[in-house]
Amino acid sequence: MNKGTKLAMGIAAMSLLLVGCGKATSSTSSSKSSSNEALSGKVTAVGSTALQPLAAKAGSQFTAKNSKVNLTVQGGGSGTGLSQVQSGAVSLGDSDIFAEEKAGIKASELTDHKVAVVGMGPVVNKDAGVKNLKMSQLKGIFTGKITNWKMVGGKDQKIVIINRAQGSGTRATFENAVLKGASAVKSQEQDSNGAVQKIVATTPGAVSYLAFSYFTNKLQALSVDNVTPTDNNVETNKWKIWSYEHMYTKGKPDKATAAFLSYMTSKDVQNSLVKDMGYISIHDMKVSKDAKGTITQN
Amino acid sequence: MEQTNSDLKPNDARTDDWTARLHRATRATREDWLGRGISYLCIGVIILVVASMLWFITSKGIATFTQNHVNLWKFISGTNWSPNQGQIGALPMIVGSFAVTFAAAIVATPFAVGTAIFMTEIAPNKGRKFLQPVIELLVGIPSVVYGFIGLAVVVPFMRHLVGGSGFGIISATFVLFVMVLPTITTMTVDSLRAVPRFYKEASLALGATRWQTVSRVILRAATPGILTAIIFGMARAFGEALAVQMVIGNAAIMPKNLISPAATLTSQLTTGIGDTIDGTLPSNALWSLALILLLMSLFFNALVRLIAKRGQLSHER
Repeated sequence: MNKGTKLAMGIAAMSLLLVGCGKATSSTSSSKSSSNEALSGKVTAVGSTALQPLAAKAGSQFTAKNSKVNLTVQGGGSGTGLSQVQSGAVSLGDSDIFAEEKAGIKASELTDHKVAVVGMGPVVNKDAGVKNLKMSQLKGIFTGKITNWKMVGGKDQKIVIINRAQGSGTRATFENAVLKGASAVKSQEQDSNGAVQKIVATTPGAVSYLAFSYFTNKLQALSVDNVTPTDNNVETNKWKIWSYEHMYTKGKPDKATAAFLSYMTSKDVQNSLVKDMGYISIHDMKVSKDAKGTITQN
Repeated sequence: MEQTNSDLKPNDARTDDWTARLHRATRATREDWLGRGISYLCIGVIILVVASMLWFITSKGIATFTQNHVNLWKFISGTNWSPNQGQIGALPMIVGSFAVTFAAAIVATPFAVGTAIFMTEIAPNKGRKFLQPVIELLVGIPSVVYGFIGLAVVVPFMRHLVGGSGFGIISATFVLFVMVLPTITTMTVDSLRAVPRFYKEASLALGATRWQTVSRVILRAATPGILTAIIFGMARAFGEALAVQMVIGNAAIMPKNLISPAATLTSQLTTGIGDTIDGTLPSNALWSLALILLLMSLFFNALVRLIAKRGQLSHER
């Protein structure tokens, strides 16, 4: 390789970097919100990919009614959402988990707004031959004590565990409910619900966990202790693996942000959009859960 | 000398005027200044960007050791990667990265050199008309497409062929092989073309066959160039994130064989970065992985320079 090509490659790499930087700054600057009488301003919601589709859909409906509000919804993960809202870079930080559960986040500085509930459940490849597991069996699988489906009444097929990335909100929810402090066996990690869905559907013996909205007929969703993973069972806490979808604000939200939050929790959105997209309305919940996992009847 | 100088010294107004006009910058000089200024500005910006990047990654990357007080040796040699539980042994990822890199280079090099010989020595016309565009096309395909094909085709294929889940070093090797092939091929072609024509002519004139000429003269003369090509290919494989992440399975465990899920430095970075909080150990640990990547690419660059220098020496001899 001659010097010219090397230099050209260098310049190309640098320009890519600069583009990257540009993007980052633009997303932070868009968070400065202003408001006046005819609702206007900028709202940026960043974080959880589990909440992203709902937030994006609700956001576009919201801006259709309030054309002066500039609303952007981005993914990036719960951790990104929480740290970005804590640093004041965005107006809303989307998260699958309570801010208290994330190390490095000062939860007292943030205000929690619960906008939906998501049920999650274990899924297996159809070839495993299992439809129901005891909670203890599920724990055994994910801690590496049970390694073959025939040990839990399935076919003679090695268990392939697909985990979500360490620190993922879905994984935290699942491990809180199932492992209860035991540490998971080291295994494959995927960084999105979509990837998990695809891999479990095609890999014999695969097991993982997904939000209800990602269940398809190519997967076998498991019952746990003979409780089926349905919205009704989540609402009464018979089904234990579920979490809130949070939108965190830092301090008092500005007018546009507050309006969007109340739109998200309005009966209008909760009864139509939330349900249509596979989430559970917060108004339907008959129990509530706090950051420590304590359940109280509503 | 002094005498002549004093003779030439201007001593009336007329000569003063002429000297001034001769000393004034012409248009060409000013253009020269402008051009030089622009070049310096560009170089300055690039140096600034590179320097700030180095500083940024280094300062973030060493925070693991300075703020979280992780033992450097434990970081490099530890095999337990659970940053949320405070365990950050990066060895599985380091081994994974090197394994896929070397495996991809070993598989790709024979194909790349063969193709390059075909394009330059055996059928230069066909090579230029047909193979060149094909290889340029391979360069242009985005890595996510390679990853997607890997996930949809290579992983199931490996699962049928060798069993297991199909995710693992061997699938990553296969995908990286296709990705580094064009890099190694084009650079090998360049270095084969750069072999002086008279080497070949002399060899043929001495009665060597074409294959003897290619294998014993041209390839030998082009060796430094080919090595450089391989290292550039390896640098690309080492730094590739997305495609590898999609097919390797991302399990931060020591790879025991080629068909069990493993992780690379890059795949761990892309998988984990969204779920970490700035300033905490899991985040700092990822920056340390990035620092290793940076150091490795510096190392690859240094290696290329070293080989280039050796190559020049052997040509001069």
